[in-house]
Amino acid sequence: MTSVPKFDQVKVGDEIKPIVLPPISRHQLALYCGGSGDHNPIHVDIDFAKKFGFKDVFAHGMLSMAFLGRIVTSWVPQKQVRGLGTRFTSITWVGDVITVSGKVTGKREANGEKLVDLEVKCTNQNGQDTLQGNATVALA
Amino acid sequence: MQLDKKLIGHTFKPFTTTVEAGKIRLFCKAIGEDDPIYVDEEAAKKAGYRAIPAPPTYLTAVTNDDPDKGGLLRLLNVDIGLILHGEQHYEYLAPVHVGDKITCQQKVVDIYDKKGGALWFVASETELKDQAGKLVAKAKGITVVRNPDAAKK
Repeated sequence: MTSVPKFDQVKVGDEIKPIVLPPISRHQLALYCGGSGDHNPIHVDIDFAKKFGFKDVFAHGMLSMAFLGRIVTSWVPQKQVRGLGTRFTSITWVGDVITVSGKVTGKREANGEKLVDLEVKCTNQNGQDTLQGNATVALA
Repeated sequence: MQLDKKLIGHTFKPFTTTVEAGKIRLFCKAIGEDDPIYVDEEAAKKAGYRAIPAPPTYLTAVTNDDPDKGGLLRLLNVDIGLILHGEQHYEYLAPVHVGDKITCQQKVVDIYDKKGGALWFVASETELKDQAGKLVAKAKGITVVRNPDAAKK
């Protein structure tokens, strides 16, 4: 992490440096299955995925949400994160190359803290958003 | 397939799980997180944490550690192959660290359908409290259930 942004210096519209991730791999989905405790076979067992009408296994939505967490904590230390939320807007497939981006959408004060609202999202190699999320961080 | 709206308000049995360093290490490997604060206690302390912190979305691993795993799907009588994740929201009220014993309790807050019953939506909220009983986070999720009957019409 470079220097932590200060509330007075941050402007609406400021962008966080995007993160371009390596292509989603089956290995990564297996690791996430174990690491997250989400054992739904649809993410790791192609036979199971096909039985339920999918062409292949696909990434856990929460794996991509973890990428949203990564971009937020690349910008401010985790102890300053107050909220993180997302809608899962399309499926992330094996091989997809996800870019994580974020920008400042608002500044406000609440509960005695100076808060900055962010839009954060994951976008695939076709320019389609896979997650549309938001985060709130407290800045000094 | 139709979900029973009478299940709105159902509260699950709470469970308690301990936040473990090894599991955070595996989680970070999976998500490509390489900040040393998540693996090295000294680095975490130097950065101002009392122990290794749980990454923001690691709370999903905490809430997934239910010994009665799959309770929501059993309650709804829905096959796991039919669900998708619609939304997830976390509110962080206090940090969660390695060694914390977190008690989770989930409640069904809404059930509704769209597209003439082709998709059902189940909203739930989970409260996470630490070993002192302090509320450390709230998790809100929406599970989408694909109606297998809709495709046959």
